[in-house]
Amino acid sequence: MIEQIKKIRWSHYIAYIVIGLLLLFFAFFGPTDRSTQFMLEKIAISIILAVSLSLVVGFLGELSLGHAGFMCVGAYLGGKASVILQSSLGKDSVWNLILSLLVGGLVAAICGVIIGIPALRLRGDYLAIVTLAFGEIVRSVFLNSSDSSFGGTLGLSTPRYDRNSLYIYAFVIVLITLFIVQNFIRSKHGRAVTAIRDNEIAARSTGINITKYKLVAFTISAFFAGIAGVLHSFSNYTVQSATFGYNYSIEILVMVVLGGMGNINGAIISATLITYLDTKLSTILTGDRAILQNLIYALVLILIVIYNNAPALKSFRERYNFKVLFNKMFSKKDPSHRADDAAKWDVVPTKIEMNEILSVDMKPQNLGSDKPQKGGDK
Amino acid sequence: MNISNLLDCSVMSGGGASFGDKLADIGRELITIIINGLSVGGIYAMIALGYTMVYGIAKMLNFAHGDIIMVGAYAIYVVMLISNPIVAILCSIVVCILMGVLIEKVAYKPLRGASPLAVLITAIGVSYLLQSLAQIIFGSDPKFVVVYDFGAINILGVRIQVFTLVTLAVTVVVMVALTLFVKMTRIGRAMIAVSEDKGAAQLMGINVNNIITVTFAIGSSLAAVAGLFYLLKAPTVSNTLGAMPGIKAFTAAVIGGIGSIPGAMLGGLLLGFVECIAAKITVIAPYTDAIEFSILIIILLVRPTGFLGKKRREKV
Repeated sequence: MIEQIKKIRWSHYIAYIVIGLLLLFFAFFGPTDRSTQFMLEKIAISIILAVSLSLVVGFLGELSLGHAGFMCVGAYLGGKASVILQSSLGKDSVWNLILSLLVGGLVAAICGVIIGIPALRLRGDYLAIVTLAFGEIVRSVFLNSSDSSFGGTLGLSTPRYDRNSLYIYAFVIVLITLFIVQNFIRSKHGRAVTAIRDNEIAARSTGINITKYKLVAFTISAFFAGIAGVLHSFSNYTVQSATFGYNYSIEILVMVVLGGMGNINGAIISATLITYLDTKLSTILTGDRAILQNLIYALVLILIVIYNNAPALKSFRERYNFKVLFNKMFSKKDPSHRADDAAKWDVVPTKIEMNEILSVDMKPQNLGSDKPQKGGDK
Repeated sequence: MNISNLLDCSVMSGGGASFGDKLADIGRELITIIINGLSVGGIYAMIALGYTMVYGIAKMLNFAHGDIIMVGAYAIYVVMLISNPIVAILCSIVVCILMGVLIEKVAYKPLRGASPLAVLITAIGVSYLLQSLAQIIFGSDPKFVVVYDFGAINILGVRIQVFTLVTLAVTVVVMVALTLFVKMTRIGRAMIAVSEDKGAAQLMGINVNNIITVTFAIGSSLAAVAGLFYLLKAPTVSNTLGAMPGIKAFTAAVIGGIGSIPGAMLGGLLLGFVECIAAKITVIAPYTDAIEFSILIIILLVRPTGFLGKKRREKV
């Protein structure tokens, strides 16, 4: 078991490699037209949001509908910080960016703690509704702020950061986010968080401090949502409270669900894909047809969740999933018995079915093999 | 007119108006607040009843409940184009029931037994789907529809819209009827059984799937009535009509203790009063939503199960 955890998995590093190569590419052949740069910034923001929400939804197993709310806090506070800092540091200074990011992220994290302490005593539906309520409270507070503080209904205008370097910094932040989140998940603390998701009572009985770990995961997630918010304000030159509605939280949730719960690489891919399609579709689908986009989101969300979770489809899923098909294509052995950080978050087996035991143990090819057998790590 | 302005005015015009007049003014203002609070609270209570029924029995948060209100309101709008209000209201109830049952069969039933998180996300998806479908069919501009004008009457010198009284009366009748239905009828008692233990209820010969379908049908018909109330209050219907009331009514249900019918009523009325009082005070009026949600957070902090909710201990 421990060897399996320690074993280096290429899938853990593929994201770093791809984004690192992308950064190298940008450093030499960076796009110069604003629309491509803007799209890259948006993709980076989406990745940060999806990865951080994935920590709460995928790994902690709690639903947060207030991710856009934390982003809103970060965007306003970070934007305000950059407005104040630009006079002393200059608007294109890296320090301006870094300090604003820290201000936005930290304030969002503090909000995460404040909302987390009451909310995390609750579970499931209650937590979802409280985080949703938090998002609405934040929006209404910023919307009704005075013009001199946060711009009120007009929104806060922030300084224009150097457009040729912002998207590169955005991807550097993506790398940092990934590094922190991935390491957290694979640390002792991360395994505690996953244990809480799988069975809270069992986790508590092994001595895991449920509230502490929930709060830690929630706060980290809020911190990065805040960071994404600051990037948003730098990229758009303006912060409007209407942007951070409930719909935006749902959009981030769609990215996480589409990528596969508890799968960071999946979240990155789906965030990139959805943001790219979003930008492309919004140029094709204009006016009344723009709503088709929401329709597609809704359908994708429903179908994916039903496909991934319906008890009736369980055997179908086990026979035809990407992993099995991939291994068949490259004639690898089925690795489904391996402990996986992308654990199936809903199928905590309460009983091992008889035919499952028989089908594994009685197959001749399994006899005498020293590899862990199916069901062995369950 | 709001209380703070009223007080200022009366202080300034102190020479002209007598003390009794001022008292009468404040009294009238209070009556308006009470009637409006009861009426708005009645609408929230109506929606919250739907949430609480479904939550109590199917153990799921039906996020799409608010959007069924919108479906009901659009149904009234469409039928009103060709027919009279009574037919429109009946049609709207039928459409909502069909919609609720359809959603339950297609989206929620396949996930029975799956993790609550999956069901919740599907419900959000359904809510989003209904909103975008409505926008595709009816366009994004709000539609104007006057169902019936009840007019206004004078009570103790206060002008009161009759529909507020109608709303209140219907809500109370529905709540009493629902309580009696659950306590007295076979189906109602089967509902209690299912809400307490699905497996044991099945062993007692109760068809759990049918009971859940009936629950959705009842919840959806309540949503249709709530849609009607909304149209009486403000005669426009748009695709996001149900979103905010839905969320607030869920808040009300949670405050009152989810799964409890009197709790839904209590939470709804509390929220209605808070909304009406907050709207009367200029300084905090823009923050009405924020205040309501803050109340939710504070109450959950003090009583995680709401006012009348039962505490469930999880057994290992």
